[in-house]
Amino acid sequence: MTPPQRQRRSPQEDPPPQPAQDKKEDERPNPERLYVVAGADGNRADLDLVTLIVARVEDPPHSATPEHAALLRLCAAPLSVAELSAYLSLPFGVVTVLLTDMLAAELVQARAPIVRKALPDRSLLEAVMHGLQRL
Amino acid sequence: MDFKGSETIPGPRTEDQLPQTAEAAAKIVIVGGFGVGKTTMVGSVSEIKPLTTEETMTQAGVGVDDNFGSASKTATTVAMDFGRIKITEQLVLYLFGTPGQERFWFLWNGLFEGALGAVVLVDTRRLEVSFDVMGRLEERGVPFVVAVNTFPDAPRYPFADLRTALDLSDDVPIMDCDVRRRASSRDVLITLMRFLHSLAMTGSRT
Repeated sequence: MTPPQRQRRSPQEDPPPQPAQDKKEDERPNPERLYVVAGADGNRADLDLVTLIVARVEDPPHSATPEHAALLRLCAAPLSVAELSAYLSLPFGVVTVLLTDMLAAELVQARAPIVRKALPDRSLLEAVMHGLQRL
Repeated sequence: MDFKGSETIPGPRTEDQLPQTAEAAAKIVIVGGFGVGKTTMVGSVSEIKPLTTEETMTQAGVGVDDNFGSASKTATTVAMDFGRIKITEQLVLYLFGTPGQERFWFLWNGLFEGALGAVVLVDTRRLEVSFDVMGRLEERGVPFVVAVNTFPDAPRYPFADLRTALDLSDDVPIMDCDVRRRASSRDVLITLMRFLHSLAMTGSRT
């Protein structure tokens, strides 16, 4: 019995072009509603799915929207952007827009993720290995 | 708990909260064809009940073949199941599984970018459903290991044959796994970390 056959590919110099997040022209109702939740389109903070967000203040300011207030409550202890998106049932992109406002207002702090590098950090990988072995 | 815990939006359970000392997180992505066990694997190693995040994206007709002639723009929701493992008081590892149509995963900016590596889960009954995903990981330079989820009625091939069929280079680890078992899923992740470590030693990967 012979399994089907694949052909290996090699790394590309330039990653394939990413689709534009062109929400303004989108006519579907759902993204429009989300667009309102997220406010006007500004520059988004560079947030990863696993950027950890931590509240810097205990109570939301009076100007905070319900979404801002909910985010602030959730990240009293550090929580990833992915978790915030899951608990709030809002798409990742919408949460990053909300968090961009909150970072600018110094309501929350972002702790940058560990990302893959050309030459990975060996001590980090060892720490992860040891952590997994304890599972 | 103070009054904050009584709000209507449920957050993590108290025992699931990360310590304030958590400084940084890393992520691993688990990919594979439909029904191959990605979500099961996330659930078996995660310390929290798996959660789902999603992203809505508009795309200009990339690989979409079911709307000939209409405006070539579609909104797609891509959902990701994920779990979490606290590695140390400072370090957290997130595992993202990828349900749904694989042709959309790679439209999600930042899902694979920055991931330490990936696990490609394969089912020997449908080996070819993983081919495209593996190619895309290679194109993006995301290192991966291959885990064969051992379904009882799936054909068993020697690893050498699978390696040839999957066109894996000699250094890419391939192993059997039972994704329902935590120890087995954990061993796959440890193998991935060892592989990444070996790449770091040789510095061969860009």
